[in-house]
Amino acid sequence: MNMEPEYKPRKWRVLGTTPVRRDGIDKVTGQAKFGDDVHLPDMLHGKVVRSPHPHARIKRIDISKAMALPGVKAVITGADFPPLNQAVVAAGEGGSVSMQDIADNCIAKHTVFYDGHAVAAVAAENPHVAEEAAALVEVEYEILPFIQDVREAVKDGAVVLHDDYVPGAFLFPTQKALPNAGRLQLAAGDVEQGFKEADIVVEREFTTATVHQGYIESHITTCRWDSDQHLTVWTSTQGAFAIRDFLASILNLQLSQIRVIPMEIGGGFGGKDVVYLDPLAAMLAKKTGRPVKMAMTRAEVLKATGPSSGTYCRVKIGCKKDGTLVAADLYLLFEAGAYPGGPIAPGALCALTRYNIPNVVIDGYDVMLNKPKIKPYRAPGATQANFVVETVIDELAEKCGLDAIDFRLKNATVAGDRLIIGMPVPPIGTVEMLQAVKKHPHYTAPLGGPNRGRGVAYAFWFGAGLTSSCEIHVNADGTINLATGSADLSGTRMTLAMQAAEALGVPLDDISSSVSDTDSIGYTFQSVGSRTTFATGYAIIKAAEKVIEQMKQRVAMIWETDVANVDCTVESAGVADFVDRNDPHRRLHFKQVAARMDETGGPVSADYTANPHGVGFQIAANICDVEVDPETGKVQVLRFTAFQDVGKAVHPDYVAGQMQGGAVQGLGWALSEGYWYNKDGRLANSSLLDYRMPTSLDVPMIDTVILETPNLGHPYGIRGAGEVPIVPPPAAVANAIYRAVGVRMTTLPMSPGAVLEALWAKEGKPASVKVA
Amino acid sequence: MASVWIPATMQHLTGGEAVVQASGSTVRELVNRLDEVYPGLKAAIAQDDGRLRPGVAVAVDGYITSLGLFQRIAERSDVQFVPAIGGG
Amino acid sequence: MAKKTHVETTLNGEPREFLAEPRQSLLESLRDVMFLTGTKEGCNDGNCGACSVLLDGVLVNSCCVLGVEAQGRSIETVEGLGTADNLHPLQQAFLEETGMQCGICTPGFLMAAKALLQKNPNPSEDEARLWLAGNLCRCTGYDKLIRAVLKAGQVMAKEAA
Repeated sequence: MNMEPEYKPRKWRVLGTTPVRRDGIDKVTGQAKFGDDVHLPDMLHGKVVRSPHPHARIKRIDISKAMALPGVKAVITGADFPPLNQAVVAAGEGGSVSMQDIADNCIAKHTVFYDGHAVAAVAAENPHVAEEAAALVEVEYEILPFIQDVREAVKDGAVVLHDDYVPGAFLFPTQKALPNAGRLQLAAGDVEQGFKEADIVVEREFTTATVHQGYIESHITTCRWDSDQHLTVWTSTQGAFAIRDFLASILNLQLSQIRVIPMEIGGGFGGKDVVYLDPLAAMLAKKTGRPVKMAMTRAEVLKATGPSSGTYCRVKIGCKKDGTLVAADLYLLFEAGAYPGGPIAPGALCALTRYNIPNVVIDGYDVMLNKPKIKPYRAPGATQANFVVETVIDELAEKCGLDAIDFRLKNATVAGDRLIIGMPVPPIGTVEMLQAVKKHPHYTAPLGGPNRGRGVAYAFWFGAGLTSSCEIHVNADGTINLATGSADLSGTRMTLAMQAAEALGVPLDDISSSVSDTDSIGYTFQSVGSRTTFATGYAIIKAAEKVIEQMKQRVAMIWETDVANVDCTVESAGVADFVDRNDPHRRLHFKQVAARMDETGGPVSADYTANPHGVGFQIAANICDVEVDPETGKVQVLRFTAFQDVGKAVHPDYVAGQMQGGAVQGLGWALSEGYWYNKDGRLANSSLLDYRMPTSLDVPMIDTVILETPNLGHPYGIRGAGEVPIVPPPAAVANAIYRAVGVRMTTLPMSPGAVLEALWAKEGKPASVKVA
Repeated sequence: MASVWIPATMQHLTGGEAVVQASGSTVRELVNRLDEVYPGLKAAIAQDDGRLRPGVAVAVDGYITSLGLFQRIAERSDVQFVPAIGGG
Repeated sequence: MAKKTHVETTLNGEPREFLAEPRQSLLESLRDVMFLTGTKEGCNDGNCGACSVLLDGVLVNSCCVLGVEAQGRSIETVEGLGTADNLHPLQQAFLEETGMQCGICTPGFLMAAKALLQKNPNPSEDEARLWLAGNLCRCTGYDKLIRAVLKAGQVMAKEAA
């Protein structure tokens, strides 16, 4: 594969500016339509019946009382669903998805695996009647023992969730290596020898709590069947085509029978990449012959969607006294939840790969237990892995007497090095970013008080390419209709329009940018993996090139000359003028050509489906100042600066917004968020009061430093930017707490209680009484 | 000859070699050729139906390819088998 | 099913009537009875502020108010704040300062910020953060959102002067 660099820099006319997003007006006036804003005539409301037990066999479901309630139109259980028509659906780049697991997660067939697992669903005239009806569905369970601790789940004799699951290993399936776990091993060199060469070794154990993406909009879907057995679905999702594909499999339909219309989405962060309610609403709609809307309550979202892994990790890293890293040994137990397929792979890959360490063993496990099935949360698995490693790195730097950033500069992989798996590191601004951290005024600003400390952390994440489709239509007045299949999570309609404006050489205001449904655009993979601005932008640039070619043909016709004599100034001048190569005074502007499309062959349109391989990686760093109250353990974040290499910032304010939003999610992960299951295995903090996400009071302004080392795989140098921001904050906070009060935190969240216990342990005081 | 990085868990098949050489115009040909020299390698990477095992991706010359075993490779390509990763 | 009560209110300055069952919240009345879907549901138990409206000028979570409680009172929702042609300074500031990303929390924040600026026309950053701590945002990290509110305050203070 001869990867020619795609990057073609020029003087940008649109990229790097900060226009106001057109679709923002509907959002500030309350006119934008999100999933719950759908109201159809004759619509029914659905409600899910959920298991209160973390692990149980379903013995009997009696729907008679529910059906008898006035206003109830249908009740379904797992038995209503046909066998799947596809066992495994490809999910891009070798990843794959077990459809049976997804189907069973939507509604249990024989066994429930977590508190909140769906077992039945009802449809009624209004949501209140539906709620009453759901309470009348009688389910008899045989309660089974449950596990919710990753360490317990891999012990011999542990309760096994799935008897038919064959735990595998990356590239080498093994038989029943461990109960409830698949295994991923990465290694290089010889760790035993490596540790012998180390002058300083730090070894620590960590536990991190399960956390949720916390999108403010819950999951909502509305399904309606047309009389010709065609299903329309209105839903808020990161991937309309994924919803369509999963529904086709679960309902045993053809792909062409389903149309998914993506509504505006109120947050996803990776958690809205799969079906939950959609198959249930579709089945209820089929049974009743009426449209059915279903919405999750907040408690259902927390209990029964896809949080990010809690973990148990052991980290041992060794370096020479001059700071050169020589060996690392990681044991990582990452929760997979009720079904296999958690983020151990990306977590393990991102744990160490930003450093050159010649001798490495990473022993990673994808562990099933009685919690909801784990789903991506921004950079899946990376935050957990980064926390456990960056805090140990910090400790090593201190023991070597080296500045924290200098230690990282000494060991960081740069272009020309190889990642742990052997992949060469492409050009990325690692050195520039770490030096920017050191040079930043925040790095040396006075802390200004006792119990204050400053910590840094450095992070790496991949990013995805995958398939995106777009269409560009030139209107007779020269304006442009741009349509893509990419759900717009936070303003990509604008950043994609900006790339189109740049590529076509037309004013940004002339472009109408929209998100199409699955009937109206070519296949487009989900808006995940920081791929939208990169991959969909790539498709748009290619489509724009086709448009320019067609316009050139029209000009050639108008001038009655050969198309080889027609130049377009879009790349040299940023605007699309068409010039006669032999007579520079003969020019036509884009709009003038558009006005004559009709007489020269009709409208000009182009579509493009791209699967660009040249994904740039992502790097980020944080400087964080905290103040710790030694009496309460409360940690206040005083100042926070986020650094990131984004390749090319299309809309710098949107890039900053990604950095700030991800940073604050990371701060919540660091300080206050975590699932708490009680002794019966039920989620005790299933409300936003007790699942404590940051408020405006909890965080300061987040300063951002945007760096740009172009990604050579994209014509404009763009790398994904949306995910890496969530990776370094917990480590940065932990490293700051150490410098503030001298304790190394090894648990997340670093809640006041956790910090207090660490302080007491340091002072030799007895630990508090643990509440069971 | 293309260079192929062998993950540590498979190095017992290659007598401990971390990087091996082979030629082929596609990744599939490469894997077939390597399997002739190091039996068992192909079974670790591909399923019986000839597709990549779920959870496995292929990187060629620094980029993960969407074409898997169909990916064409150049004279001196650089190939790694990596765990498939997702995003959020 | 309980009998519905006829409720008469003033909604965004106009007289409005609707029917409400005793168990329906004001949020439900707005969204599913009157089809004013600008006000959003995030948690339905008073913990996220997405459903913020002004009731007789007081900031409330409409999920914690019953529809029938609106009898004889005035309600202000985001739909009454401004239009595309005549945006309120807060709406304008949210657009210019990139004070929103996904937009689901935006109506709630706009109404909460409106209430803040009515009480405290030129708040400091700390005052704004304190007042708005009852509204959750998961996308922005609050930085640009707070800046938008402060900017709107400055614009409105200038306009008033």
